[in-house]
Amino acid sequence: MAVDTHARQIAGLDALELTTKQRTSLAKRVWAAAWPVASAIAIVLAAWQLVVLAGWWPEYVFAGPLTTLADLGNRLGEAEFYQAVLVTMRRAVVGFALAIAVGLVVGALVSRIRPLRRAVGSLITGLQTMPSIAWFPLAILLFGLSESAILFVVVLGAAPSVANGLIAGVDYTPPILLRAGHMLGFRRLSLYRHVILPASLPSFLAGLKQGWAFAWRSLMAGELLVIIANRPSLGEQLHFARELADSAGLLATMIVILVIGILIDRLFGAADGALRRRWGLHQVTN
Amino acid sequence: MTAPLTEQAGSRLGGHDPAVRLDAVSKMYGQGRAGLLALDNVALDVAPGEFVCLLGASGCGKSTLLSLVAGLDAPSAGRIDVDRDRVALMFQEPALFPWLTVSANVEMALRAKGVARKERRSRAAEFLEIVHLGGFGGKRPHELSGGMRQRVALARALAQDADVLLMDEPFGALDAMTRDLLHDELERIWRERNLAVLFVTHNVREAVRLGDRVVLLSSRPGRVVEDFAVTLPRPRRTDSAEVARQAAEITDRLRQEVMRHGR
Repeated sequence: MAVDTHARQIAGLDALELTTKQRTSLAKRVWAAAWPVASAIAIVLAAWQLVVLAGWWPEYVFAGPLTTLADLGNRLGEAEFYQAVLVTMRRAVVGFALAIAVGLVVGALVSRIRPLRRAVGSLITGLQTMPSIAWFPLAILLFGLSESAILFVVVLGAAPSVANGLIAGVDYTPPILLRAGHMLGFRRLSLYRHVILPASLPSFLAGLKQGWAFAWRSLMAGELLVIIANRPSLGEQLHFARELADSAGLLATMIVILVIGILIDRLFGAADGALRRRWGLHQVTN
Repeated sequence: MTAPLTEQAGSRLGGHDPAVRLDAVSKMYGQGRAGLLALDNVALDVAPGEFVCLLGASGCGKSTLLSLVAGLDAPSAGRIDVDRDRVALMFQEPALFPWLTVSANVEMALRAKGVARKERRSRAAEFLEIVHLGGFGGKRPHELSGGMRQRVALARALAQDADVLLMDEPFGALDAMTRDLLHDELERIWRERNLAVLFVTHNVREAVRLGDRVVLLSSRPGRVVEDFAVTLPRPRRTDSAEVARQAAEITDRLRQEVMRHGR
């Protein structure tokens, strides 16, 4: 009897303390996300049109939004465009995957081995600040005008961010979780695997996101410099648009590059948001 | 204080080697003159199945003492006898792993011991049942209230199958009603599983409510000042007159101890 009322009191308190989730409707959420973006795009297009109307540059040097968007529409109908996007995206994915692999190995080693940390810890941060375009002369000397030269620079651009993300995550593992893991009987490698690595996931994800931005920039620089015959890419299209003074085509390609960059950043943002919700790290939003 | 022990407590104390024995334990942080003596020559036994509360003002080294017993830190001098494989520790915070479900958090205790996955799942469910969280295994820690999280932490500690449970102000951050309920819970589990509990608190009533003994520590350095036996019949209530009376007696002694530092 006493036990029963006791259990019921506990159940009652538990029920009272549990948070109830409020879900807003899908349409409302889409609208809330869409209208600021739509307004921003409208403002940019208007400003662009105003600059064109001001007449500082002739139309064939600086095309207006209407001409550019029409050009973009034409491109979307051509097979060559998708071929170019495919080549560029394949390079991006392969390069970024390699960068993740390298960053993971380096990050894991550096975060575990103290002397290695002293030796190369600041070097990694140094590499991160080095503009990736500065690597291209060396890359071209080493690999010629080839895919390898581009990949080399993409990996060098992105891997330090990935490694640093992991290292920071390991460093900032909450001490209380380390103590808890230790008390449960995890030591050394098992502590690393079951406590430290999972705990560093948010920071690692931030490193990935930053690494992607670096990889994308490095790739565009690479495609402008390393042009391989019969292999159209977004960077190459940019290059030839300038050579041919095709202002609308140039701006259209730039828009494509921007949009791809934003979309993939959004993907990382969504992953980060999902992680934060699972962990209960999310802020209360309106 | 040599008040006669109740029969029940007496039978638990009878004849066994202590579950925890501290012998002339000192802990010094830093070196020489800049060093801080946190614990000075502390001797303390906890018998198997005995509930001992460690009480003291700030800076008495209560938490340090638990860290030493848990093996998270090493004493500067003296001996600690305890089977480290049979010790579980609960912190003031639940210290749950946020990337795991409630059930998986409890399972971590079993995983470290190499229990197979299937058995882990079912045993974790049993331990959650013990703390009245049977239906919550699939939740994430952040979806639970503070008191529920602390019960998950208790389930995880129990899953370690320890004989000795060290608790570092585990209910300090909870509201009074939740704390009262958790006192009842802890007392029930302690009896059922015949645990030796070393419970750190700065709340005198909580100590009298729970302990077979209340050990008063002085501050800076931490020394054992007095060892009170609490012989009130169980179950006790924190708001009962008997608990209040004995708590007042211990509080007086604690005040004297604190006043020494006022000069």
